[in-house]
Amino acid sequence: MPDPALPRSVTVAGGQGFYGDTPAAVDALLADGVDYLCLEALAELTLAILQKDRQRDEARGYTRDLPAYLTKALPFVVAGRTKVVTNAGGINPAAAARAAIETARALGISGVTVATVFGDDLLGHVDDLHAGGERFDHLDTGAAYETLPAPPLLASAYLGARGIADALAQGADIVITGRVADASLFLGPLAHEHGWHWDDWDRMAAGILVGHLLECSGQSLGGNYSGDWWAIPHPWDLPYPIAHVEADGTAVITKPAGSGGRVTTDTLRHQLLYEVHDPARYVAPEVVADFTSAQFEDLPDDRVRITGVRGTPATDTYKLLVAYHAGWSGEARVAFSWPDAHAKAKATAAILVKRVEMAGLPVDEWHVEYWGVNALGGPTVPVDDACEPPECVLRVAWRCSDQRTAALVGRELTPLTLSAPPAGMTGSGRGGGSSATELLGIWPSLVRKDNVDPNVRVVLEEVT
Amino acid sequence: MRVALRELCGYRAGDKGDIANVAIFADDDETYALIVREVTAERVKEHFGEFVTGRVDRYEAANVRALNFVMQGALGGGGPRSLRADNLGKALGGALVRLEIDAPDHLAQRRRTRPDVSWADEILAGE
Repeated sequence: MPDPALPRSVTVAGGQGFYGDTPAAVDALLADGVDYLCLEALAELTLAILQKDRQRDEARGYTRDLPAYLTKALPFVVAGRTKVVTNAGGINPAAAARAAIETARALGISGVTVATVFGDDLLGHVDDLHAGGERFDHLDTGAAYETLPAPPLLASAYLGARGIADALAQGADIVITGRVADASLFLGPLAHEHGWHWDDWDRMAAGILVGHLLECSGQSLGGNYSGDWWAIPHPWDLPYPIAHVEADGTAVITKPAGSGGRVTTDTLRHQLLYEVHDPARYVAPEVVADFTSAQFEDLPDDRVRITGVRGTPATDTYKLLVAYHAGWSGEARVAFSWPDAHAKAKATAAILVKRVEMAGLPVDEWHVEYWGVNALGGPTVPVDDACEPPECVLRVAWRCSDQRTAALVGRELTPLTLSAPPAGMTGSGRGGGSSATELLGIWPSLVRKDNVDPNVRVVLEEVT
Repeated sequence: MRVALRELCGYRAGDKGDIANVAIFADDDETYALIVREVTAERVKEHFGEFVTGRVDRYEAANVRALNFVMQGALGGGGPRSLRADNLGKALGGALVRLEIDAPDHLAQRRRTRPDVSWADEILAGE
């Protein structure tokens, strides 16, 4: 329902922040009465996971927790109380739409229209586009596309909100997309409901900022919060965020009535800069948003009003993410007790490296970490060889060019159980050691919108 | 006087490819002016040493009293390629606020409240 401060607002909610998030959190959002439940399922790492899924089975490549979310949402959808927008389609939106339709049928629900937005998957086109003049230089390093170390396994353009708004205008109740940019999932319904023009840059920017604040579920409401995190109410049942957004772009961010968590300018500013580079130029598909123009005002009852967001014209490109095979990794962990835990861990790592060398197993890269000492802080932690942690876990990871070698490297650790510095316990039996994981390199780039937009299409299907 | 940033600032880190960004947040204008002056991109680059192989850029967001540090080559090749346990750089925020800066005495003597997790003790004790 609308916020008392914004009586003509549209209400959007961030019901999912990543593939693997908890569907339980959407119950309170649905009960609170949101117009749109937006489910953001993708990240660079997630696309890589989905690519591995699709390699194993052509019918996969979408986030398979979608049915769990829809099972909760569909009774509200069929009652006309909410609509669902999600990029759960990953790199196979058609398969996700099939799963959505099957979920509805299994619940005996009919009369719901599922829209699928296609056009982000460029895997079959990258070579032609490159030959046709697209440079596809690495966005961060500037490296030429010709130096891509291995053939592309996925190539997804980060589409914007237009396909979603078109689908809603055509009567969709559930909109499933592939790689639509996270914040655009929220701008789609806002632009549709408020009739925002695509060149109304300040409104576009306001919608993108709201989407950015909601796309990571609990991270706006006290999750991953560096303030007094221990005092956030009910951290075991953190609510997910809701935004009431007026036609002029003014927004109130809040949470379901009676829930835990916290909404303040402080919890929101943590999210405002999350995964952002230049905050004055946040490049979204629809607009370049100036996050430094936003004014935050704390209202009573876990509500924060946001006004004044400015935007400038969109660029003529979309982000393009290419992934390629980058070898195989393995890892192992061993725990060491006091005394001399750090020194024992270091010696064991060196012994493993030496044994692997003697076994003739080629390793392209070693990575050694000392958990409990400086695994997470690296060079920012002042330690020397004499440091005496009460305990230390050695984690060794390695990269090899083939799967079999990566698995064999871990086996060289096993004999050290009885033939190495004294461990406090053997931790090598868990967390790998003799299994290998495929690594994917990612190549962020740009693709011209006029090479993508003509192929964006919306397909609607009514569940009968 | 010297003071670690943890006493003065909040923090959050995120990833994009092989780039990590760490934002730090001041609670008042005086502290914000201090970190704008003291926490330069060069200081941050030096602080992270071999963890960050590329350039560090700093951006200001005065509306939320924040500085944002964008660090290239900070994730061992990027999430799906990195051999690091923290392949997404989530811990780099905590690593940044370990940095010590010079501050006027009244700011250097500030201490952020330390955690009270007695509720966790109660849960874990089965109460």
